[in-house]
Amino acid sequence: MKIGVCVKQVPAKDAPLAIVEGGAWIRESDIGFETNEPDSYALEEALRLKEKHGGEVVAISMGPERAKQTIKEALAKGADRGIHIPDDQFYKLDPLGSARSIAAAIKAENFDLILTGLQSDDQGFGQTGVLLAELLGRPHATIIMAIEVTDSRMKLKRELEAGWFQWVELPLPAVLSIQSGINKPRYATLKGIMAAKKKEIAIVQRASLGVPDAPTQHVERIYVPHKAKQTEFITGQPKEIAAKLIEKLKHEARVL
Amino acid sequence: MKILLVTEQREGKFNKVSFETLAAAQQIVQHTKGSLIGLVIGKGVAPLADELAGSHLDEVLLVEHDLLEKYTPDGFSLALRQVIESTKPDLVLLPHTYQVRDFAPKLAASTGKGMIGDCIGYRYENGKLIFVRQMFQGRTAADVVFAGDPPWIASFQASAFRADLVTKHASGKAPVKAVSVDLKPEQIRTKPLELFREAKQAVDLTQAPILVSIGRGIKAPENIPMAEKLAKLLSGEICASRPICDEGWLPMERQIGSSGQTVAPKLYLALGISGAIQHVVGMKGSRTIAAINKDQNAPIFEVADYGVVGDLFEIVPAIIEELEKSK
Repeated sequence: MKIGVCVKQVPAKDAPLAIVEGGAWIRESDIGFETNEPDSYALEEALRLKEKHGGEVVAISMGPERAKQTIKEALAKGADRGIHIPDDQFYKLDPLGSARSIAAAIKAENFDLILTGLQSDDQGFGQTGVLLAELLGRPHATIIMAIEVTDSRMKLKRELEAGWFQWVELPLPAVLSIQSGINKPRYATLKGIMAAKKKEIAIVQRASLGVPDAPTQHVERIYVPHKAKQTEFITGQPKEIAAKLIEKLKHEARVL
Repeated sequence: MKILLVTEQREGKFNKVSFETLAAAQQIVQHTKGSLIGLVIGKGVAPLADELAGSHLDEVLLVEHDLLEKYTPDGFSLALRQVIESTKPDLVLLPHTYQVRDFAPKLAASTGKGMIGDCIGYRYENGKLIFVRQMFQGRTAADVVFAGDPPWIASFQASAFRADLVTKHASGKAPVKAVSVDLKPEQIRTKPLELFREAKQAVDLTQAPILVSIGRGIKAPENIPMAEKLAKLLSGEICASRPICDEGWLPMERQIGSSGQTVAPKLYLALGISGAIQHVVGMKGSRTIAAINKDQNAPIFEVADYGVVGDLFEIVPAIIEELEKSK
């Protein structure tokens, strides 16, 4: 089975976010980046499918030079090779623009299966997998909690809302968006990290792909959200905070 | 502006977010002047079209086909694409459900258009419709506008609008028009099988008057007994945001949020929860919300009545001590 898995690099979860003047994007200097957590579940699922059915796992990432680190981490965990689509202005792309670029970059690979995480923890569009499927003419399913492969078909457990699930069947080749929590992502071993150094990362320039550049949507600005509620902040030493909070919950909110 | 509102139903019942999105559509139409068309899709859903027609809109389209009885991304995209081509709306609005996120980007791309998904609001300024959505897990908001020609496709998150603000039709009912679509079995590549629920829920969190909820800030499973002790002292239940259940630190049935339970207790005490929208939609109806988080910019403070910026490992033990003292 030839599996492509899309991995994105996003600001680290605990990174302090500062917005650039004008609100075009966040200030990227001084913050750390990491692999988008939902994508690590997709990568783990790809590695498990390869271990079970044989084949190859290719880690695909679009983004600035630093995004290569995310591909390297995937290689260290066991992916066989990488494809990097360098783009310093990646954050400006709309979901369709991103998907068109990735689709064009990987079309010739003819993957049996393409996996993505559910959404990215930065922009959170949550559309890449579904769009790749449409652009590559493949069937898809999203929010997947289990994959069973039999011959050229898959039986999939889809998560629905409020505790409901559904089994669906799909023919291969296909595209799946993986729900977080489907598995326990592995850590890279020292051996894996060493082995990764010899693995290939192909570079595909976005400009060479001939993808239409006209965006379908445009982020005018990002900003710190307006507060919906007036929060009363309680300050002091832990003991004082505890006493004040209990007092307020008892006598002001009257919920204790 | 001509707006097409696509509702969602499962087994003959509307999803509540459909009406919240209808409220949004009614409000947008008031600003932009134009018409509002509702749409019901499925099989045997005529009674729902009739129900929808009681709301203030210009027309209801009833899209029925044998191949639409069960949801598939192929069936729904192909059918809705045909309706969009014949109806020519400027804006297609959908509730941002798991089903919509499964097909709406595909529908948009199949017409060469983009979708602005998961919006929490909109503004209409100088003739321009601006959609507001969250980024960075709710730590920032973003104003997003469509570029290029309509039709534009957007979806609204659960609880973004109030369903009780939907206005009724002024003179009885809007006309219902059946629209036929052309679908062939070989176009549907997904085979939907049975719907099911995992093991019966042992605990009904919706009935608990007090909930102590933990998020990533709890750091390790060894720290959960501390939160459980607090829950017990308050005669409440323990629950969590999704990452905690993904880790297996608490069972899935204790998860609050869009993929878990929706609760509205008397008191919701959020410990180390950042407040991503997927969590907040499941608890923002709580009567009183108190939050402890080390990050003063955590979005949970947007919905909290009481906030403590600090180390929960110092504050929670102090609360426990205080509660034990007063027993």
